[in-house]
Amino acid sequence: MGIEGIGASVVRKEDRRFITGKGRYVDDIKLVGMTYAQFIRSPHAHAKVKSIDSSEALKKPGVIAVLTGQELVDDKIGNLICGWAITSKDGSPMKMGAWPAMAPEIVRFVGQAVAVVIAETKNQARDAAEAVVVDYEELPAVPDIKAAIKPGAPQLHPEAPGNVVYDWHLGDEAAVKDAFSKAANVVTLDLTNNRLVPNAMEPRSAVADYDAAEEHFTLYTTSQNPHVARLVLSAFYNIAPEHKLRVIAPDVGGGFGSKIYIYPEEMVALWASKKVGRPVKWTGDRTEAFLTDAHGRDHVSKAELAFDKDNKILGLRVKTHANFGAYMSLFSAAVPTYLYATLLSGQYVIPAIYAEVIGVYTNTTPVDAYRGAGRPEASYLIERMMETAARQLKVDPTELRKKNFITQFPYQTPVIMAYDTGDFHASIDAAMKAIDYAGFPARKAKAKADGKLRGIGVSCYIEACGIAPSKAVGSLGAGVGLWESAEVRVNPVGTIEILTGSHSHGQGHETTFCQIIAERLGVPISQVSIVHGDTDKVQFGMGTYGSRSIAVGGAAIVKAMEKVESKAKKIAAHALEASENDIVIENGEFKVTGTDKSIALPMVALAAYTAHNLPDGMEPGLKETAFYDPTNFTFPAGAYICELEVDPTTGKTSFVNFVAADDFGRLINPMIVAGQVHGGLAQGIGQALLEGAVYDSNGQPVTASFMDYTMPRADDLPSFQISHTTTLCPGNPLGVKGCGEAGAIGASAAVINAITDAIGNNKLEMPATPDRVWHTIHG
Amino acid sequence: MYETIYHRASSVDEAAALFAKGGEPKYLAGGHTLIPVMKQRLASPSDVIDLGKIKELIGVDATADALTIKAATPHCDVAQSSAAQKAIPAVAYLASLIGDPAVRHRGTIGGSLANNDPAADYPAAVLALGATIKTNKRTIAADDFFQGLFSTALEDGEIITAVSFPIPAKAGYAKFPHPASRFALTGVFVAKTKDGDVRVAATGASQSGVMRVGPIEAALKANWSAAALDGVQIPSAGLLSDIHGSADYRANLIKVMAQRAVTAAG
Amino acid sequence: MSTVKLTVNGKAVSVDVEDRTLLVHLLRENLNLTGTHVGCDTSQCGACVVHIDGRAVKSCTVLAGQAAGSNVTTIEGISKGDELHPMQAAFRDNHGLQCGYCTPGMIMSAIDIVQRYGGELDEATVRHELEGNICRCTGYHNIVKAVLDAAGRMKVAQAAE
Repeated sequence: MGIEGIGASVVRKEDRRFITGKGRYVDDIKLVGMTYAQFIRSPHAHAKVKSIDSSEALKKPGVIAVLTGQELVDDKIGNLICGWAITSKDGSPMKMGAWPAMAPEIVRFVGQAVAVVIAETKNQARDAAEAVVVDYEELPAVPDIKAAIKPGAPQLHPEAPGNVVYDWHLGDEAAVKDAFSKAANVVTLDLTNNRLVPNAMEPRSAVADYDAAEEHFTLYTTSQNPHVARLVLSAFYNIAPEHKLRVIAPDVGGGFGSKIYIYPEEMVALWASKKVGRPVKWTGDRTEAFLTDAHGRDHVSKAELAFDKDNKILGLRVKTHANFGAYMSLFSAAVPTYLYATLLSGQYVIPAIYAEVIGVYTNTTPVDAYRGAGRPEASYLIERMMETAARQLKVDPTELRKKNFITQFPYQTPVIMAYDTGDFHASIDAAMKAIDYAGFPARKAKAKADGKLRGIGVSCYIEACGIAPSKAVGSLGAGVGLWESAEVRVNPVGTIEILTGSHSHGQGHETTFCQIIAERLGVPISQVSIVHGDTDKVQFGMGTYGSRSIAVGGAAIVKAMEKVESKAKKIAAHALEASENDIVIENGEFKVTGTDKSIALPMVALAAYTAHNLPDGMEPGLKETAFYDPTNFTFPAGAYICELEVDPTTGKTSFVNFVAADDFGRLINPMIVAGQVHGGLAQGIGQALLEGAVYDSNGQPVTASFMDYTMPRADDLPSFQISHTTTLCPGNPLGVKGCGEAGAIGASAAVINAITDAIGNNKLEMPATPDRVWHTIHG
Repeated sequence: MYETIYHRASSVDEAAALFAKGGEPKYLAGGHTLIPVMKQRLASPSDVIDLGKIKELIGVDATADALTIKAATPHCDVAQSSAAQKAIPAVAYLASLIGDPAVRHRGTIGGSLANNDPAADYPAAVLALGATIKTNKRTIAADDFFQGLFSTALEDGEIITAVSFPIPAKAGYAKFPHPASRFALTGVFVAKTKDGDVRVAATGASQSGVMRVGPIEAALKANWSAAALDGVQIPSAGLLSDIHGSADYRANLIKVMAQRAVTAAG
Repeated sequence: MSTVKLTVNGKAVSVDVEDRTLLVHLLRENLNLTGTHVGCDTSQCGACVVHIDGRAVKSCTVLAGQAAGSNVTTIEGISKGDELHPMQAAFRDNHGLQCGYCTPGMIMSAIDIVQRYGGELDEATVRHELEGNICRCTGYHNIVKAVLDAAGRMKVAQAAE
């Protein structure tokens, strides 16, 4: 490794603009003649829209237009789509109701848009929006899973009887039944995986600009995947053909999944900019984020785990109800199925698994992938089961895990996934050592003397990342392929531009991707720049989610680099009158091995572009494109152990220590990896202790601002002790696995296992608020 | 925010005169109560009259008998005031717990009291210490000032100019912050006056705003110690109940925070 | 509409705005100082923190008129030319930022914290003092490290002056 190559903790190239206030986010963009959009949103969870009267609003100062859902229909703008088709166990396709960008007839969640005001200023748009009179006829609402599946429950969509989108299953029901019939012990647990709001700090925003002369649209938007946005806006929403639509995602202030989707506001902004003939900006406020950004999680599950007399697992049976909210968001269908049930084997040899998942509609904000997406729910379930089992079987939870760990790779689970590599003993041993697991009983006794309840909790997670082999996901119902593309451009002076379809919204691609180049060519990262986030610049891309940027996007860069290097070696060999096979690349030079002959990269590049003296038949230029499609998922895994204290008088939890031992394969930039782990842990801990989106019985959101929804703050969290164990991923050229979601996947079970250990009661749901913990202690 | 007209007053009299001329005016000091409400369009004053730069409304003074905090003094200045720290450390400590540092740089005691948010910190100190609220028209005893949620004895246009806290023999404050908003989920201020009386006030807990806590006062009068409260039962009737704290949980917090406040008071 | 005169990053400015304009909007919309961000509606996230007369405040909760006559410093005004403020450098060196959205407010709050404590800071104090700034990316671990690092650097810088 060079000082800027793979494995170096290089400080980030992108930071200077952020720390000096020069980041360029969507809301920072101003276009000449720009107008402002304000949506009129339903105050009801379920209602008929009887009429919309905009006559008074149109008289307000600065108002340019008031547009409604019916006009979208009239202009043949398409409904929002779900890009993943799931088939129910009876063979029927999933049952979906239509989701119009602005509701012309029925609203199904609080915050759903029915109309939009376009005005000269933001204040004027908001003033006028209050003057739009919408006449609603309220309908009975379904606020949660329990209400949705109750016989006779109000129906959201006529297409989905009983509010059931699908009733899906995976695994071998008969084998599981057989396993349970032979069990010496069965452990059962009811679990709720609480609904979360992603809350990227930058609210969503869109600036749409229609050029009538060219019939061309430009959209600046807060997106994790601008090319996917263009594809969907074009192919399904009928906004414009792809070559007439440019989508730019500039600096984006966090995503965590919530900025994958193509939301109504972006569609409407584009459509409205053509309607009014001027640029249109919409920037959501935090309340709109709570009401309309796709939420995450929201499962209710029953799990049963069968053990033989030696405490070896025989089988796992899971029944989960998943809440989709009022509409099926873009990836939603896949989250509680192929991103969830396929990970239920965890790190363990489980000979038989059977999972049933019933996806339901409710009158709440749509739910989709949020950091981890399905995998946190799976990991939480199996890890709470293991801890509960250890207590029931009266064995140490780490011993029970070790006894059941998978140790031979590749390992085919009974639920599709084939784990390629891993060393689960190494990670749990590292974590146990870091936290001094052996010394815990003494610490617990000491805490007890001080009136505190101390607990320790373990979580051994595995996830499937690097999403994903296109053929595999296609066979499972995905509407797109999940490869990634890269272009490597060596400029005539030897500087390099990498065009990637991955999108950075905090992940540090502008640094890590350069390190890949620095490693291969030996050039300083200052000579390399990363271009991303613009459909007019970058060839194509599937974007950033599912911890895929380095494993898939990075691999695509390597593939393109291999092509560039191959051509450059030919040019160098020609110039040096050597054999191509004798050329090696070192420190930015192409050298003939065993000689002192060499030619620097800029000279090779210049030769490629002057084309005065290229090998016969060679095309000029030095830039190559590659599309990389992974052959398997990657399988990051690790062990988290949390030690904490509960104050029995208030139920408040305080951290003593939190250790993480992760296996992410090869690390490109350990500093950035650590940052990703910290952030993931914070979100996992947030889910465990603080966060939860709540609706009342009428479907009104109770937590629609930071006043009510508890965001983790600095004083809620500890400093983390993190370390790594390494098994290289055999499935991609970098040996990387991805690190973006691990913390959020593994942390919540560790925290709850520690609290339930502290208070001696397994029945505790997330978020384990002081109120809830206190009630659990005191009954 | 709706349209409004901003005025900056340079004296209390000028502020009152501006108020009298306005249609539906509101006073503004730090603005950390009013502006958030205006941003949500839940308040639409025709005029906002800024008291924040009126020199006669800023400062902290202590005598042998009383600590006086002028109304537009920001929380951070109270928290850092050596006069306050010496006279009634519990009041300085309470001020250091309000909101967050940036909020404490703007928010004022007058604004907090005039708004009487049921989860604000200052009302607990004012009520427990039996403070006097001075206005541009009169003085109001704490016992008369708080009149339920967001409701006070202030008349239309009346301006709080200062709050005078009698110096107690002992006083302490303990706050259990609301996990999300960082207001008080429950905060308890305990005070033992120089003549031996005990007054205890809880904020954040009651459906009707800041309240005295009789059972704790009685127990502490008999025995000023945290242990004296071990057996005390606080009824949960009339207490707030929400996703962050049920009424019985808040009842428990009143007791636990009172014990901590007594321990802090010494 | 009113004319608001104030000093921003050392420069006197005069801006005509509606009276309902918040300081953050004056900075972003009228002065194009878009480094100051808006992340919530309830004065909690701290993305909008600037200094008014040397004190960290939430510019989303200050009317433009309230800031008239004041000295306002934003994230754009703390470096000396190309030389970063020690807090900026510490955030970069400790990887105290990811998406960068909360970063300007964090840095402005952090400078205020170090100034108030005169560099005498420990981890628990920094965590408590950052109560009014929300970050969704970093888990605060490296932000806390950065503030502690900068506290040392600022002390050294002060001693050198």
